[in-house]
Amino acid sequence: MILYVLRRLIAGLVLAVLVTMITFLLLSTSFDDIAGSTLGSSATPARIEEQKAQLGLDRPVLVQYLDWLFHAVRGDFGLSYFTSEPVRSAIAARLGVTLSVVLAALLLTAVVGVTLGVLAATRGGVVDRIAQGASLFGHLVPNLLIAIGLVWLLALRLHWFPATGYTPLGEDPTRWAASIAIPVLALTAAGAASLTSQVRGAMIDELRKDYVRTLRTRGIRPRSILLRHALRNAAGPALTVLSLEFVQMFGGALVIEQVFALPGFGSYAFNASLQGDVPIIMGITLFAVLLVVCVNLLVDLANGWLNPKARIR
Amino acid sequence: MSTAPSNATPARDQGDRHDPAEAAASRRSPLRRLLRDPQAVISAGILLVIVALGLLTPLITDHGPNQASLDAINADAGSHGYLLGGDKSGRDIFARLLSSVNTSVVAALIGTGIALAIGVAFGLIGGYYDRRLRAVTEWVFSLVMTFPGLLLLIVLLPVTNGDYRVTMMIFGVLLSPGVYRLVRNLVLSVRSELYVDAARVSGLPDRRILSRHILYTVRGPVVIATAFLAGASIGVQSGLAFLGVGPSTVPSFGAMIADGFTNFYEEPLQFLWPSLTLGVITASLVLLGNSLRDVLEGGRPEPSRITAPAPRPTTGLTTGAGSSGLLTVEDLALAYPTSSGELKEVVSGVTLSLEAGETLGLVGESGSGKTQTAFAILGVLPAEAVVTRGSVRLDGRELLGLSERELCGVRGRAVTYVPQEPMSNLDPSSTVGSQLVEGIRTTTPMSRREAGERALALLSRVGISDPRRVFASYPHQISGGMAQRVLIAGAVASRPLLLIADEPTTALDVTVQAEILDLLRDLRKELNMALLLVTHDFGVVADSCDRVAVMQQGEIVETGDVLDLFSAPRHPYTRTLLDSLLDENSARTDQPGVADESWQKEAR
Amino acid sequence: MTAPLLDLSGLRVTYPGRGFRARPHEVLHGVSLLAREGETLGIVGESGSGKTTLGRAVLGLVTPSGGHVRFRGRDITHASRKERRALARDIQVVFQDPYSSLNPALAVGDILSEPLTTQGATTREARDRIAELLDQVGLPKDAARRLPREFSGGQRQRVAIARALASEPSLIVCDEPVSALDLTTRARVLDLFVDIQRRTSVAYLFISHDLAVIRHVSHRVSVMRGGEIVETGDAGQVTSLPRHPYTQMLLLAAPVPDPVAQRERRQERHRLLARERAEPGAVERVEQGTDPGQFGS
Repeated sequence: MILYVLRRLIAGLVLAVLVTMITFLLLSTSFDDIAGSTLGSSATPARIEEQKAQLGLDRPVLVQYLDWLFHAVRGDFGLSYFTSEPVRSAIAARLGVTLSVVLAALLLTAVVGVTLGVLAATRGGVVDRIAQGASLFGHLVPNLLIAIGLVWLLALRLHWFPATGYTPLGEDPTRWAASIAIPVLALTAAGAASLTSQVRGAMIDELRKDYVRTLRTRGIRPRSILLRHALRNAAGPALTVLSLEFVQMFGGALVIEQVFALPGFGSYAFNASLQGDVPIIMGITLFAVLLVVCVNLLVDLANGWLNPKARIR
Repeated sequence: MSTAPSNATPARDQGDRHDPAEAAASRRSPLRRLLRDPQAVISAGILLVIVALGLLTPLITDHGPNQASLDAINADAGSHGYLLGGDKSGRDIFARLLSSVNTSVVAALIGTGIALAIGVAFGLIGGYYDRRLRAVTEWVFSLVMTFPGLLLLIVLLPVTNGDYRVTMMIFGVLLSPGVYRLVRNLVLSVRSELYVDAARVSGLPDRRILSRHILYTVRGPVVIATAFLAGASIGVQSGLAFLGVGPSTVPSFGAMIADGFTNFYEEPLQFLWPSLTLGVITASLVLLGNSLRDVLEGGRPEPSRITAPAPRPTTGLTTGAGSSGLLTVEDLALAYPTSSGELKEVVSGVTLSLEAGETLGLVGESGSGKTQTAFAILGVLPAEAVVTRGSVRLDGRELLGLSERELCGVRGRAVTYVPQEPMSNLDPSSTVGSQLVEGIRTTTPMSRREAGERALALLSRVGISDPRRVFASYPHQISGGMAQRVLIAGAVASRPLLLIADEPTTALDVTVQAEILDLLRDLRKELNMALLLVTHDFGVVADSCDRVAVMQQGEIVETGDVLDLFSAPRHPYTRTLLDSLLDENSARTDQPGVADESWQKEAR
Repeated sequence: MTAPLLDLSGLRVTYPGRGFRARPHEVLHGVSLLAREGETLGIVGESGSGKTTLGRAVLGLVTPSGGHVRFRGRDITHASRKERRALARDIQVVFQDPYSSLNPALAVGDILSEPLTTQGATTREARDRIAELLDQVGLPKDAARRLPREFSGGQRQRVAIARALASEPSLIVCDEPVSALDLTTRARVLDLFVDIQRRTSVAYLFISHDLAVIRHVSHRVSVMRGGEIVETGDAGQVTSLPRHPYTQMLLLAAPVPDPVAQRERRQERHRLLARERAEPGAVERVEQGTDPGQFGS
């Protein structure tokens, strides 16, 4: 078990090295522009070469990458080209915002998706049609439009929540909750839509299986069959969908943060990329990969717990 | 690998309600069925109109999408050649809207095209060919899949310079693992189909097998996926444009929405038009995709409630001559709704009775309704089944019309059940022990510990030599014969009056079958339990039954003592069945034909 | 002297273990048997005995890890795809499941023309031959235009037999061809098999778990158990008066459809079991296997 986790983590590290290397190689094709953009539009070619040398961008690409990797392993991700802020603390400061939005959305997605999915699968009739309609709506309307629609309704019309801005949790928990409420709802809408149809389908499949009938003939109550047996067997595939949701929400947070002017990871990455701030881009890439690796590992462990056949020995 | 001697026929008893009219209807080409689906026609029509408008932009509009004019700034809709008015920079909103359609179409074509090209090609190769090659492709694709796509697109901004076509190429690559997995799984499942083996035996080259047998299966799901991929591409492209990625000269819904968003309070309509068009396009794609799925893969599954079948008013009213038997089934009829809404009867007026301690064999071929009759007695018919008339009385109590809750008090106590397929009838993710304990504690209140001991005692009673190990095992860790013993243990735990066994040995090897039949016979004597044995096998009937009821097409054609039935069958159908039996004397006696000739040749 | 039609000697088949670094396991441990022109060789065994793998090895669907498969004296153990294509004219197959052995998307006519056109027949020739084949297996003429799902299990199996007969083979591997069929259908399809053999003198390698079926169609019978052949002989002798204790056990375990005879047989089986319990080793117990792979693998 511990061996398995270790193996997975090592594989994750290898993956992180590969992804960051590919990113770096791709970025290296535009180092000229990057050096130029740090200087402003009036820079002469000679000045750009000088700047490249100063940033270390004139060395062989692989040497630069290994240099970055060597420092990264020791926790040093360098300084931003533009603000000279250490990348590590900059990311850490912004991650809290993004994670609180994404994790809250993920939790809400799980609750809403599973509840609606199970209800739709077992009740039928009106409940099923409402659940399916809601799920279809989440699929139909692009995330961006849902977000803007929610701002219009909840902030501008009903004045329940502020339209933009962020209050840190430490400052005022209630206002923190209010400030992330609309972004979380917007992310949940799309996520819950696909989870609902997934859970519905998986539950229907499960309830048609032979063992459900046999459990009924043993006099076991429907509620126990539903929750102890069918849902547990349907949870595996739903969990996989949820982990993909996490990855997607992480990307989706980019747009959402822009709409709501949240000082998060996404908008930070976006601005850094527009400017070509290589140390920040690399730090963000590494961080995102590690995060995804950890989430996938957790999902696989949970899957093993749910499904004895998939359990590792 | 070796095949279990699974006689799959009885399992089709329930599912295969063969309807020639339905089969003929589904023979019609998918395209024609699609054209009869209003949702598909409307959504496809909307998409076609929008794309056509986009293509005709230069002919329809008076202004270029980037042509700014001072007097058009925030112009009202309809004013001097500006159909939808002008935006805050004085550009024609209508012209920009139509040009944005073109941008979206190109984005969708690039993203979807690349995702399909990579995904389908590698899916076919990875699915059909070597395992080692598959391991490599698998690894690469799972690597691509783990990365948050939008973030990567942003991170690579310095490389792409925000050109949406390059961005969409990368996005296509990011979408390809999904297509790859879809295709690979389909290919793997087709590959194990026997008709592919038959094609290989026929000497069909791989290329022909791929194009003839495999691409056909892959085609439908890929078409469906295409609609969703196009929607995703358009969504991402407009999301990025909304963020301000890319040159401002490329008209795009995202850029227009962003412009409109900043101008929201003054001119809300400027925000509405691009949002509406974008919404209509993606919604049409999703709806079209759903229609395609319904047509190509059959409709979405209906919900399945756990509930006792709804009886018709007449049910249970036949209080006629109450015979003293343990189980009395009178004039039982049940039906399923067909696709046309009518009811199709699968059991028509079955009457049978069972005394305490007696074994009745219910014999018939597939589709005769014998399993449906058994399920009706247990009250575990699928929710869509309708009991149209009749009565089922167990120990004097009418069972039809009881609610699921009331039935829970009867099932597992007075009447229990042993199924055909032992493996699929155990919950795969609970241990054998916990499933037994749950059943025992449902019927007899006792502590978990006591129930555990009782379960262990039952396991050793049904002939399992190492009960503790089996108790702690998951179903996939034990053999089929063992699983059937576990199910029997669960069924007799509450010392029921009646055990209904539905083809209990059909899925088992013949030596295991003999032992299971012995076990059932011993338990029946020991507990003085009645046994309703549903089977298609006259050997099993001869071995275990006191009386026999023969079913044909939903009706019982003959009932009688087992000795009489074998020696003097009365109904012609029974005689046909008995004549089809292969007995000891049916051994082949003629000599191989050609062998004689070849020997003669040798002799010469 | 003419070489036998099919000659297996010391045939071994090993499957790679599932998952990474899993041990491969051998399912056939050196099987040898002979089949002559025009005869039916029955192979009987329980699940896990390797009888299906044996058939697949003859068909070239699995690659043997040792031993030889000879067809009319020619070694075809490791025949190339091209050689296989030529062999397809001589060796054909009928599978167990009539539902998965026919491509649901192809009309019966297209299914039947596949082996013909592969062998180089023109469309016209193929059409005539298909009409002939449908007639031979007792299906109506218009069947060629219909899809497999419009037929019952027994009719589908007739289509599969027609496909196997298309290229006039000299050997058909029949893998449990009647196990999924109803009682009355089963008898008719078995009679069709025998009838076709009398007319075309094709040989069958007839694989089944059911001794009664094997007895009905076979001239000679081999009994398999755990990847080995335990007994081979004349069909009448092996299926009625078996010599090997395992075959005796198999025979006694199969219930006869006659209550009186079955009671005797059951008592005989109990006597055999009691004798074996008294002196273990005569027959190892077949059941009570704790190997998870034993069932339905």
